[in-house]
Amino acid sequence: MSATTTNLGAHAPSDHGHAHGHDKSGTVIFGFWIFLMSDLIAFSLFIATYADAEWHGVANGPSPHELFSLGLPSLETLALLISTFTFGICTLGMKYNATMRRTIGWLVVTLAFGAIFLGIELYEFHEFWTEGNTPQVSGFLSAYYALVGMHGLHVTSGIIWGLLLIVQMKTMGMTELVKTRLMRLGLFWHMLDIVWIALFTKIYLMGVLS
Amino acid sequence: MSILGSLNWDDIFIVPFFKEPSTSTAIAAAAGGIVVLGALAVLVLLTVKGWWKPLWTNWITTLDHKKIGVIYIVLAAIMLIRGVLEAVVMRAQQVSPAPGFLSVEHHAELFSTHGTIMIFFVAMPLLIGLINVVMPLQIGARDMEFPFMNAVSLWLSVGGAALVMASLVIGRFETGGWTAYPPYTGIKLSPDEGVDYWIWSLMLTGIGTTLSGINFAVTIYKQRAPGMTLMKMPIFAWTTLCTAILMIYAMVPLAVASAMLALDRHAGFHFFTADAGGNMMNFANLFWLFGHPEVYILILPAFGVFSHVIPTFSGKKLYGYTSLVWATVAIAVLSFTVWVHHFFTMGQTAHLNAIFGIATMTIGVPTGVKVYNWMLTMWRGKLRFSTAMLFSAGFMFTFVIGGITGVMLANPVISFAAHNSLFLVAHFHNMLIPGLLFGMFAGINYWFPLAFGFRLDEKWGRRSFWLWMVGFYLTFMPLYAIGLMGAPRRMAFLTDPAYLPWLMISMVGALAVLAGLTSQVIQVWVSVKNRESLMVPAGDPWDGRGLEWSLGCPVPEHDFTTIPNITSREPWVEAKERGLRVMEPTEFVDIHLPKNTSMGFVVAMVATVGAFGLIFQMWWLGALCWIAMFVLVLIRSYDTDWEKTVTAEELRADYERHKHVVETTPKVSLDDEFTSKNRGLVIDMETAQ
Repeated sequence: MSATTTNLGAHAPSDHGHAHGHDKSGTVIFGFWIFLMSDLIAFSLFIATYADAEWHGVANGPSPHELFSLGLPSLETLALLISTFTFGICTLGMKYNATMRRTIGWLVVTLAFGAIFLGIELYEFHEFWTEGNTPQVSGFLSAYYALVGMHGLHVTSGIIWGLLLIVQMKTMGMTELVKTRLMRLGLFWHMLDIVWIALFTKIYLMGVLS
Repeated sequence: MSILGSLNWDDIFIVPFFKEPSTSTAIAAAAGGIVVLGALAVLVLLTVKGWWKPLWTNWITTLDHKKIGVIYIVLAAIMLIRGVLEAVVMRAQQVSPAPGFLSVEHHAELFSTHGTIMIFFVAMPLLIGLINVVMPLQIGARDMEFPFMNAVSLWLSVGGAALVMASLVIGRFETGGWTAYPPYTGIKLSPDEGVDYWIWSLMLTGIGTTLSGINFAVTIYKQRAPGMTLMKMPIFAWTTLCTAILMIYAMVPLAVASAMLALDRHAGFHFFTADAGGNMMNFANLFWLFGHPEVYILILPAFGVFSHVIPTFSGKKLYGYTSLVWATVAIAVLSFTVWVHHFFTMGQTAHLNAIFGIATMTIGVPTGVKVYNWMLTMWRGKLRFSTAMLFSAGFMFTFVIGGITGVMLANPVISFAAHNSLFLVAHFHNMLIPGLLFGMFAGINYWFPLAFGFRLDEKWGRRSFWLWMVGFYLTFMPLYAIGLMGAPRRMAFLTDPAYLPWLMISMVGALAVLAGLTSQVIQVWVSVKNRESLMVPAGDPWDGRGLEWSLGCPVPEHDFTTIPNITSREPWVEAKERGLRVMEPTEFVDIHLPKNTSMGFVVAMVATVGAFGLIFQMWWLGALCWIAMFVLVLIRSYDTDWEKTVTAEELRADYERHKHVVETTPKVSLDDEFTSKNRGLVIDMETAQ
């Protein structure tokens, strides 16, 4: 990370690079990294709660086996994995001083795939909902909607954050400040991808194959 | 549903009294009245004295870590007064002839607010405040790494506390204890706003605390003075680091558990309900996954305080630095492995209970190491019993008793018998009063001059110590006894005359504690009045050992004129041994300090109003405030002019001024430490040449 962040400061027109006489952007990213660790704890607790609820909390509702299929969730996974890859290209480009146009372009592609992911998720929620499988039916469905919904809310805020960053890149320019914000969004986005892999495995793969 | 959600006339604090006059409703009305009149009195005082502007510019908009720390401690002091008064009322209830003067509901509300307030709005602000004031000064930093976030944390905690205070005036608090276990706290059995007050006030302060944890950890990792390796760091910074890591990981489970409870209550989810596949035991599980590390969040900083107070007032280096560091780290790690001991009786297997019982007893080992470290530090030292030292010594005696009853309760077999009894209540008060409050009192008495420039009055300080100490023993030793006789915790009224003599002693103890608290209020009052004779402008009023005592008192806004190079664990002691009275400057360079901003305060207050909306089911207000917060943060993100510069010349002038004060201040011997001769620069004349 240090190599990336040192480079970040190199072309910054902003004058905040030496605000405290040390690598401020590296510190900010380190702080955000720690925040993500606490966010990860929240996800792991929701996953643990889900693991308990899918076992003990089915009540009179459907079981995971009856509810889930692998088709749409696989598509979702694909969309999110592609978006992580394109975000990688976006931040790598920033490291090698790509034009703002290219950076924004790859960010737009990323956010679009994020939106596809979210669209499929909402479609699936809608399907379940119209079949009467709402979160109020059982502990299992409560835990399912809360866990997947929380991940979905994170992706939504990531998309809003990305759109606002595009506006800031245009209005504030590629300052060090904006660059570190993009770096932080990148960390956030990749973490959501890792979390989704866990969700896909636990909820859908293990749910359908059990 | 109306625009005011579930709010109605009966929620106003005096209405229940007029509808059903009784002692219980009268006390509730009086408590609400005190809050309203107190708030009015403050407003009038601020207006009459013309203090609004200084309050706004010097305190509310400040990003200075020392001032933020002071506000935290003031918040804790206000809440401590309420918490202790509630305790006295509960003690009085239990010695009154049954059924007492409080309704069962009112009594339940009292023990719920007492616990919630003491943990979240007294203990936490005290330790976060003390860390804010002291830790950057100890490691040679100019501020926290994220000063703006620090202000957000502070005002979120204030907002959470304000909601708990508001529950006295509008509506009521919950009655399910500070742990708020469902299904009792579910919507069916607790349909009113009480549980929502609990959920949202803790959500606010919990987010604030998580952000504080991140701030402390990053500051310690990234802002230490050059040369200060981790193993050269002061112990208080070490305990802060471990507490910060616990805050980052342990506050989240509380937020998750209370968010799930909120979904259960208002969105019909089934996380913890008794039907439709809910699992109420998971709440206890999640809650204590937070709750046990929380115990060590509370206690570790106090351990840090003792590790500075005891060496200073023994005139000796801390015994066994390395072992103390490793003991601290071991406690922090083990704190995550014992949470099941809070619910041994819940029905998991005996094997699981055995594992967690053993893990719990294991924590006694590193804690024991620490007690020996402090004892051996005092061994053959030249002891001076200042208020801070008295609290430290009182802690060591008392805490060990609590530790022993803790090891007893760690045995699942004993826990089954003592579960939910007053024995348990006595045990955790026995840990937290010496292990947290005495530590914070010692720290405040010890480090007070750094923030304000004058010492606290010793006479009233020592009186407060003896009252707290005697009060503690009188209050809680009887509870151990009747706990073993079978008295349950949260007893709404006296059920067995055999308890009465013991409860009478306990009542006297509670009054002694109240007198101790009153002495502390008097101590501050007297000290402020006599501040001229208590001033220590030259700094170092106790022959201190840490870097923080190399600065003048009060410490200037930029803390250090130059950041010293650190070559040892006690750089200030070494400097003094070389005859220096001021740290040698390295080089003077321009520095940047954060500019004041009202944004942290405004964002947190909007969050508080939004939380109030959610409590009374005014969903529109919650949504509106959420959007407003988002917009405010967005506005802040465009603000790039957030720093002000202090020039090298100004720093040099400040250094010269401080040096002049130091050079013109006569040295003071240890014998005159507590007299008005002490203007700073106390020194042991026997060892100094």
